[in-house]
Amino acid sequence: MNTIMMSVDRNQVLESFRADQEPEWVTAIREQGFRLAEELPLPKLEKTNIERWNLGTFGEIRRPAQRDSLKDAGGATSEWIDSDNALVQRNSGIEFQRLAEELRGQGVIFTGLEQAVREYPELVKPYLMQAVRADENRMTAIHAALWSGGAFLYVPKNVQVEQPLQALFLLDDEEACFMPHVLIVAEENSSVTFVESAVSAVSRKHDQFGIMEVFVKRGAEVHVASVRGLGKQVTDMTYRRAHVEADGRIRWVVGEMNAGNAMADTASILQGNGADSDAKVICVGAGGQHMNLTTRAVHIGQFSTSDMVTRAVMREDATAIINGITKIEKGASGTNGQQTEKVLMLSPKARGDANPILLIDEDDVQAGHAASVGQVNPEQIFYLMSRGIARAEAERLIVYGFLAPVISEIPNDRLRDRLQSLAERKLGQA
Amino acid sequence: MNTTLRIDQLRASVEGKEILKGLSLEVRGGEIHAVMGPNGTGKSTLASTLMGHPKYEVLGGSVTLNGEDLLEMDVDERGRAGLFLAMQYPSEITGVTNSDFMRSAINAGRGEGNEISLMKFIRLMEANMKTLEMNPEFMHRYLNEGFSGGEKKRNEILQMMMLQPKIMILDEIDSGLDIDALRIVAQGVNSLRSADRGFLIITHYQRLLDYITPDFVHIMMQGRIVKSGGPELAQRLEAEGYEWVKEELGIEDETVGQDEDAFQMPMNTTGPKIR
Repeated sequence: MNTIMMSVDRNQVLESFRADQEPEWVTAIREQGFRLAEELPLPKLEKTNIERWNLGTFGEIRRPAQRDSLKDAGGATSEWIDSDNALVQRNSGIEFQRLAEELRGQGVIFTGLEQAVREYPELVKPYLMQAVRADENRMTAIHAALWSGGAFLYVPKNVQVEQPLQALFLLDDEEACFMPHVLIVAEENSSVTFVESAVSAVSRKHDQFGIMEVFVKRGAEVHVASVRGLGKQVTDMTYRRAHVEADGRIRWVVGEMNAGNAMADTASILQGNGADSDAKVICVGAGGQHMNLTTRAVHIGQFSTSDMVTRAVMREDATAIINGITKIEKGASGTNGQQTEKVLMLSPKARGDANPILLIDEDDVQAGHAASVGQVNPEQIFYLMSRGIARAEAERLIVYGFLAPVISEIPNDRLRDRLQSLAERKLGQA
Repeated sequence: MNTTLRIDQLRASVEGKEILKGLSLEVRGGEIHAVMGPNGTGKSTLASTLMGHPKYEVLGGSVTLNGEDLLEMDVDERGRAGLFLAMQYPSEITGVTNSDFMRSAINAGRGEGNEISLMKFIRLMEANMKTLEMNPEFMHRYLNEGFSGGEKKRNEILQMMMLQPKIMILDEIDSGLDIDALRIVAQGVNSLRSADRGFLIITHYQRLLDYITPDFVHIMMQGRIVKSGGPELAQRLEAEGYEWVKEELGIEDETVGQDEDAFQMPMNTTGPKIR
């Protein structure tokens, strides 16, 4: 018996969006989501039974007051936002947004997704819930039914956006539904960098099902940096998926610093010839949290290339299942898919699994993987200590060094500092 | 106070096998001691034991540095007390830049509130790297990662020049170095010679000693020093090998702690001559 949606009043949700003049076609997606949520099973994860996570605490749609300036938004906002082009979602709705005149003039759109479905239906409709579909599993169905706020980023053909666009997703109301949807469309030969972070301040159980869809057109380049820093009470379930056309490029940098249980599945579908994906993920596990982190590259186009790196540090009783999946379809000749998963264990009670999975249906390809799970190397500790560095400092240097190659890739100073301090906090050193 | 490292009847084991069997040696400031010997006689064990590597267990004897009990100190305390080991196989550490590491090490020695200023540090590091003919980009490279054998050895000497230790142990610093690199490394070592610093140079080739003239040469066999002399001893070893020493002392097997049933590589104990 499926009881996951018992806490949600379907009519009340639909009514709340209808009151905001949501277009019919979006309401239809929500209705389909409600229906599928009753039928579909939860996703099956490698070595993690999410049935035990008691998912189903979603809250109701609660919108924040609109703010004209970032200062009014207060709280954690100013610690995170470091861009003239920014968007803040608080609980179920957008609280603040701004986009430089210059970018607007070039046809760049950066706004809340709920607003975008009303104002730019012709740009949103062909893409919304198309990379990640409502009918994949119960989680994607529930997201289709309940998503709110969200971000829509559109970059027209041949436009290069230099400064990163930034979004902050913030949950601080225990009764509020929090399910942002991010949709990015980069037209031919455009380029853009999107950085996002998710944080919370709630003291009761809360479940977040998030989706990010990225469409990278021919020759376009999209960089996405995501820092997840949700609290212990929040279960963060996220699908990120990019469709990449010929000669397009997607770069992912993800910092999984949540304090609660988390599932994340970050995938690049390399549809076109010469499409390229680069994914770097770091994670620090602490307390008793369970994490299941997957990166995927699906090669369909010829001569497409992918590289995936995941590094996880596990302390206390935390568990992480790290999966890397390289899938090369028949006909994707000349492709090259590489992946590395490394887990550093700081406690005998922590658990970390690194699972490299290669699924290859084409002969003329290159694919490689490396995976390791281990403790801090005592030879390295000895080496640093022999130069007068105390043991605790030596361990700190090695652990940060392990994460540094990914942290240094974050394309925004403020966000990089925040990620660093989240990592320090999770490592018990701040 | 003049520097003195005093090793007295040191006995140590690795993985349950006794390797050092009562070794005594005194190194004073201003002196360069070379410890030579064939492979498997305990030379590297001596270096690692003095530094406090956790794999090596001290079974007996004593070691003092300026009167303080070295064996009671943890590894980092030995480092801060002025002991330095230039290692044969330095660790590679990803994500920690050479400069961050060096600054942590210098500041560990100087103590809280007395940290070196960034500008001063950079100037010092650049100057020392120049002496060692190192590419300035090595400052920002991850510690030893992807360094060639020769680059790693230069990096060891760089650390030594930065930290200005009192007693420096060089463990086979010459292995894998070509003549040019050897000359540069020797130059770095010679620049540190002073009345209050002592060196313990472990090598099995005479080669390095052409560039760094030792005051004392000791031959190690069976886990202890069996013969000591001046620089002329190294020259005789170079010319005649170790056989005469074994004959003179009635030693049949000079090695220590080797498994008896393990295959022994026949070895030219003087090493290949590179001329």
